[in-house]
Amino acid sequence: MQSSELETNKIRKDFPILTRKINGKPFVYLDNASTTQKPLSVINKIVDYYSLYNSNIHRAVYDIAEEATNAYELTRKKVCKFINANSPQEIIFTRNATEAINLVSYSWGRQNIKKGDLIILSEQEHHSNIVPWQILAKEKNAEIKYLKIDETGNLNLNELEFYLNNHNNAKLISLCHMSNALGNIIPIKKIIDLAHTYNIPVFVDGAQSVPHLTTDVTSLDCDFLAFSAHKMLGPTGVGILYGKKKILEEMDPFLCGGDMIKEVHKENTFFNDLPYKFEAGTPNIADVIGFSSALDYLNEIGMDHIRNHEIELTKYAIEKMSELKQMKLYGDINLQNRGGIISFNLGDIHPHDLATILNEHAIAIRSGHHCAQVLMEKLDVSATSRISFYIYNTKEEINIFINALGEAIRLFQL
Amino acid sequence: MSDDIYREIILDHYRNPRNKGKIDNADVVIHDSNPLCGDQIDIYLNVVEGQIKDIKFDGKGCAISQASASMLTEMVMDKPLTTAKDISKDDILENIGLTNLGPARIKCALLSLKVLKMGMVKYYTDKEPNTAEEMEKDSNLF
Ligand SMILES: Cc1ncc(COP(=O)(O)O)c(C=O)c1O
Repeated sequence: MQSSELETNKIRKDFPILTRKINGKPFVYLDNASTTQKPLSVINKIVDYYSLYNSNIHRAVYDIAEEATNAYELTRKKVCKFINANSPQEIIFTRNATEAINLVSYSWGRQNIKKGDLIILSEQEHHSNIVPWQILAKEKNAEIKYLKIDETGNLNLNELEFYLNNHNNAKLISLCHMSNALGNIIPIKKIIDLAHTYNIPVFVDGAQSVPHLTTDVTSLDCDFLAFSAHKMLGPTGVGILYGKKKILEEMDPFLCGGDMIKEVHKENTFFNDLPYKFEAGTPNIADVIGFSSALDYLNEIGMDHIRNHEIELTKYAIEKMSELKQMKLYGDINLQNRGGIISFNLGDIHPHDLATILNEHAIAIRSGHHCAQVLMEKLDVSATSRISFYIYNTKEEINIFINALGEAIRLFQL
Repeated sequence: MSDDIYREIILDHYRNPRNKGKIDNADVVIHDSNPLCGDQIDIYLNVVEGQIKDIKFDGKGCAISQASASMLTEMVMDKPLTTAKDISKDDILENIGLTNLGPARIKCALLSLKVLKMGMVKYYTDKEPNTAEEMEKDSNLF
């Protein structure tokens, strides 16, 4: 069954892994919030680089080095356009979203966070948007406040306003736009506007939102945005940090060495211009180049269509899942407020047992705390099962999944 | 294969665990968890003249980890604490009837044994440090 939005039959042909059989059954991949599969165009792009113009970038003058440099920089331009940034200088390549967050907590954080300052996060952050700030706060004797989320996973903006009104040393807000555990989408534009009336910068963890929603940093006006290529059809090993040029210019470097310098003398060094100041050493050239094909693929389909396709699948899955007995679904029921992620528990079946049973049916789902233990404590569960969709998923796969849940219900005699 | 794993006996121990709870003033209390799954096991031991007089476990996690902890307590109750040294991975897997678990899930099945062995070493560390060291070597499970 194709969705009304996307020609999934056609799309699936572009993903070699989707033809795999596991335990003799067709492979059903429902762990896209973790990482997505890669289309052949991305795989081929990487093979082409290694086969045809493998060389280091930004240095040599021979032809293939120029080809490699151009291809690498072309990806930067495409990323800039994809998120509607002002300039490719605002796009910094890292290893992943986690490293992008660490870059800012290290460089910006050490320059700007002082004793007694306040960093505002929420209870549904991924560990990678908690731990770097915790370490910074410990080092500087600063404080972290976690915005509470309610049972449906939504934030209360009044609480944020309260902190901003009552703490004149609030210095940064860092929030995930879409929760990887619940799928909830927060009203990020409102939050940014509110924060800016208090002159407080906002870091957006876009690891889950950028792959699934249209992202426009210019209209959002966020100060930083981080995301990972591997969650949006791209290769692993490529993350992106967007930062406003003015802020990035004032920041000290993160990692130091080659490429990030202009001149090095025995006593001092002049740092390179943006974005190279933050890209020390030989970067992940092949995978950055491969990522450009992922962006082409997404642009070709259109982010609006992707969003609608995922809403359609989520609606269908929630309807079917709700019919099962002892099904507990987490997150907001309003589909406009969530992405294509569904966290759930089925009776007293532990998520790891459920994942084992589904694996027998060649269905890949995630089970555990989803790197969001603070959230799990809040929800008072030790783990949940999670399915998450992308462009190639179909209602047929959801039916297979629902049948397998039926099998789990039988085994556990619910 | 799921039918083989989630048999009646596993579900029974999962839903009605034996020797579950805490022992106040236990001689040994030991805790460990499995970072991949988040399974957690605490084991409480009362030891009299080298014999396990009482054992309880507390914890949360999947059916495999909790059922195997429950079965392990039955296996060693009233036995010498040092029997923990001799229990092997295969003994546990046979005892719970799961001999073809994948590597990720084997860790779930063996967590309680690991904790029991840690408890044994802890108990002897004060009393007979040399024996404890030997035991630690012998009982290296993972
Ligand atoms: C909301 C969120 N933030 C950050 C990350 C970290 O991404 P990565 O592991 O690619 O650095 C993830 C990945 O699961 C995520 O879902």
